[in-house]
Amino acid sequence: MKGTLVELRSSPHIKRERTVEEIMRTVVWSLVPICVFYVFQYGVSALASIVVVTGACLWSERWFVRLGGQAGDLNDWSATITGLLLALCLPPGFPLWMGVVAGWSSVALGKAIFGGIGHNIFNPALVGRAFAQAAFPTAIATYTPSFLPGRFTEFIPSSLALPLMTPADTTAWLHAKQLDALAGATPLAKWKFEGVLAPAGDLLTSLFSHLPVGPSPLLILICGGYLAVRHFLDWRVPTAVLGSAALSAWVLYLVDSHHYPDPVFVLLSGGLMLGAIYMATDMVTSPVTPRGMWIYGGLIGVLTVAIRYYGGLPEGVMYAILIGNAATPLIERVTQPETFGTAVKRGREKK
Amino acid sequence: MENKPGEGCETGGCHSAAVPIKVVALTPQTPSNWMEFAEGLWERNPVFVMVLGMCPTLAVTVSAINSISMGLATTFVLAASCWLISLMRHMIPKEVRIATYIVIIATFVTVVDYAIQAISLDLYEALGAYIQLIVANCLVLGRAEAHAARTAPMAATMNATGMGLGFTLGLFMIGGVREILGSGTFFDIHLFGSNFQPWVVMVLPPGGFFVMGGWLLLFAIIRKRKEKAALAATEMEVQHGA
Repeated sequence: MKGTLVELRSSPHIKRERTVEEIMRTVVWSLVPICVFYVFQYGVSALASIVVVTGACLWSERWFVRLGGQAGDLNDWSATITGLLLALCLPPGFPLWMGVVAGWSSVALGKAIFGGIGHNIFNPALVGRAFAQAAFPTAIATYTPSFLPGRFTEFIPSSLALPLMTPADTTAWLHAKQLDALAGATPLAKWKFEGVLAPAGDLLTSLFSHLPVGPSPLLILICGGYLAVRHFLDWRVPTAVLGSAALSAWVLYLVDSHHYPDPVFVLLSGGLMLGAIYMATDMVTSPVTPRGMWIYGGLIGVLTVAIRYYGGLPEGVMYAILIGNAATPLIERVTQPETFGTAVKRGREKK
Repeated sequence: MENKPGEGCETGGCHSAAVPIKVVALTPQTPSNWMEFAEGLWERNPVFVMVLGMCPTLAVTVSAINSISMGLATTFVLAASCWLISLMRHMIPKEVRIATYIVIIATFVTVVDYAIQAISLDLYEALGAYIQLIVANCLVLGRAEAHAARTAPMAATMNATGMGLGFTLGLFMIGGVREILGSGTFFDIHLFGSNFQPWVVMVLPPGGFFVMGGWLLLFAIIRKRKEKAALAATEMEVQHGA
């Protein structure tokens, strides 16, 4: 039964020739330098973590697309991004089997359950991380120092835990390298539980210290800047997130500089840079209206600082972004621009 | 599907891409007692299809044994109160029916509450307030209002028992997964040895949502595949027929 088809489409009718695949591919390429430096920092464990977590995401995506008949396929690169971001925000020595669980849950609970690509409410990578945080709170808080000698030949022992089994304790392993267990505490945890502030230079690249930082904030800024210049992400969101985090940290620092860290530490520590530039800007889960982006980013920044300072956990970026994602539909609703030509009419109606 | 017979094909013009419309006879047909019973087991499962009674579903399904006892307690209350409500359905004035149902349900909840307390105090403490809260379980009131109040006692009891067992099955499917992943045991038998890493989230309230979501996702996938297969089959038929 074939006939003439009249295709009806809603606006926009004139659009830029830029496909989802192209955007996603560019984002993946921009993540490559960050991943390479991350592997350089933590060695073969980080490499295995990135490969396994991304593999788990791709495999789950393929499974759900095949079985569930959902839109999208592996060629749109979105599952690759989810996997890379998830791997970058997990500890490098995170047990690989837990990485598979996190990867699977990020695609299943973060994406497939809402109907596949473009339908998710929350950033899938962060859903996976939130699941891992809730399921394996000890493993996800166990960091190891960066730039350890022999990192390219030897796995961090916790990486290779057998499936479903408790990972090996890294304390003894660190001891053999003449490092105490405290060497594994992240800068944020050190500040929160011991009141020790790491210098900003070390936080940027951690090149000259064994500081267990995540992916380098400096590289993330450079790669994110490239994306923003090429309009692959909207500069308003990261600016709003970082700006509001810095502002609220600065206000608190002015109030009590003894108790609260300086804004530079807040900006460069933890996952704030990665979250602000790569996760909060996810096109599906952030507002599309310019005013909405400012509100959304501002909310995330303030929440991050609030959770870090007053919450039980040292890091708050993940929950802040998830809450921001949840608020996105509401923000979009209140920041709808006025339809062209209706302002006068509305004014009359008021009278 | 409550489409009138013939509708769709005549007015809408049915082309091959349309979902096949089942033509259901409109003459009311009393289902057999067995059909009443089977309805709640899977086809209209209270947990996965009707999504009723979520409070105990998410709260007490930490282990398989808790889920089953909670499910059976609910089954008893459901069957007994539906039977009584069905018996009294012509006597209860319409204006105060909900209050009457609640009184009847509360009676049986009290019976179950005391019975569990007498059988196993451990279980009673594990289930906590959720036994008493069966009275507020919308599944029980929902079945009373939607089914028992309009059907004969036998059919109502059969249906309520089926619903209750379906509820138990749903709870068990969630509780089993949560127990295996959350504590590495199944009915308190250790499955993975002493070095097992418990998934903390599974024994916390979010675990209930995650497992429930996982099952719903799986069922949605299966349903979609079936629909696709049915569609492909009708398309084949249309092609061959034409």
